[in-house]
Amino acid sequence: MAETNPTVSGADAAGPIETDAVIIGAGPCGLFAVFELGLLDIRAHVIDILDRPGGQCAELYPEKPIYDVPALPVVTGQELTERLMEQIKPFSPVFHFSERIDSLNKEADGRFRLVTDAGTEFIAKVVVIAAGGGSFTPKRPPLNGIEDYEGKSVFYSVRKIESMRGHDIVIVGGGDSALDWTLNLAPVAKSLTLIHRRDEFRAAPHSVEKMRKMVEEASVRLLIGQVTGIEGSNGQLSALDVKTASGQEKIACTAMLPFFGLTMKLGPVADWGLNLHENLIVVDTERFETNEHGIFAIGDINTYAGKLKLILSGFHEAALMAQAAHKIVYPDKKLMFQYTTSSSSLQKKLGVK
Amino acid sequence: MTKITFIQPDGDSQTVDAENGLTVMEAAKLNDIAGIEAECGGACACATCHVYVDDAWREKVGKATDMEEDMLDFAFDVREGSRLSCQIKISDAIDGLVVRVPAKQF
Repeated sequence: MAETNPTVSGADAAGPIETDAVIIGAGPCGLFAVFELGLLDIRAHVIDILDRPGGQCAELYPEKPIYDVPALPVVTGQELTERLMEQIKPFSPVFHFSERIDSLNKEADGRFRLVTDAGTEFIAKVVVIAAGGGSFTPKRPPLNGIEDYEGKSVFYSVRKIESMRGHDIVIVGGGDSALDWTLNLAPVAKSLTLIHRRDEFRAAPHSVEKMRKMVEEASVRLLIGQVTGIEGSNGQLSALDVKTASGQEKIACTAMLPFFGLTMKLGPVADWGLNLHENLIVVDTERFETNEHGIFAIGDINTYAGKLKLILSGFHEAALMAQAAHKIVYPDKKLMFQYTTSSSSLQKKLGVK
Repeated sequence: MTKITFIQPDGDSQTVDAENGLTVMEAAKLNDIAGIEAECGGACACATCHVYVDDAWREKVGKATDMEEDMLDFAFDVREGSRLSCQIKISDAIDGLVVRVPAKQF
């Protein structure tokens, strides 16, 4: 295998990428699945919507201590991720970050075709869904009717700065995304208002400084308050209602960019014909396989009698899943159970011998 | 046991007995209080356990830390009494606490 670069990404590969396993989700369970599959000579590509490994451990609580990972009395989400990345290194998994698997279909030969939102295609013998709470998506402000404006005049990301030219832009939030877009879009906007609930910002200090300078020069308006309502028609915003310390204000707005962080949504997984129970994928407890032979689900995203959403449970599920995946990837090979402590073949794979 | 009252946006209220040392979010989840989602499980990482501390209790409960203030940026309709309930520890000092559940969590 010439897969020495561990972080290939994007849709630049010619034709679909053929591999043994595609793992959806680079959280702790997805990462450990690389290890368990790797011990059985099953190569994996790992896809994650975030731009780095770790899943919830990286996005929600990188600094928070975890106390129930066996043999690690205390470990942070970040450290756990780093240790898993170290542990799976011998198996050179290929990561595709900032991409989401949008479709999953079975091919005539029994393999699976997966396509990401960036157009990257995979053909895999087995699929391991380790997608945790689902894919991270931007939080939608709970304003009445906002759905009708999304993609038309309410945007959670900007692809082309030019598309914002001449608009009365309102950016909402106080983090890096809000500040970065304020700085980038002010030059093309007809007007740009940054709305934040307080006069303090989480964003990088130098961005905040630049923004304040632009406010002084009057190229940006900073409004301390919260959006309470939207006005417009046919998907086109015309104004926002804003609650400020001094009362209610209505401001002109033809494009709104809310930045309120990320939340987890099941997303496209719901459309793949898998048996679900309360938004979780139903699996058996011998193989952690879904109702579709060859598609497995491990970690927080699955459910079965007695399920506990613990990292350690996901690790166990990964080990059993790998045994079942082996039967599909190598139907003619007999699998001998071995210990990493004593098996010279496993140690060779791990590069310790 | 410490008493905590949760008032819903429609005025409906529920008083629960909570063990000291738990957080107000945990007390809410244990008692199935509507409107407290706590998506992240109490890591101060999601702002879906947002509550309004009743005016009379604000001083006793105290202010949000900087980290909590940052996370409150992700909550909807933040007011002076806004706190994340996962960051309020239950003790005798707040026996009788009254919090209001917002109309919407994000």
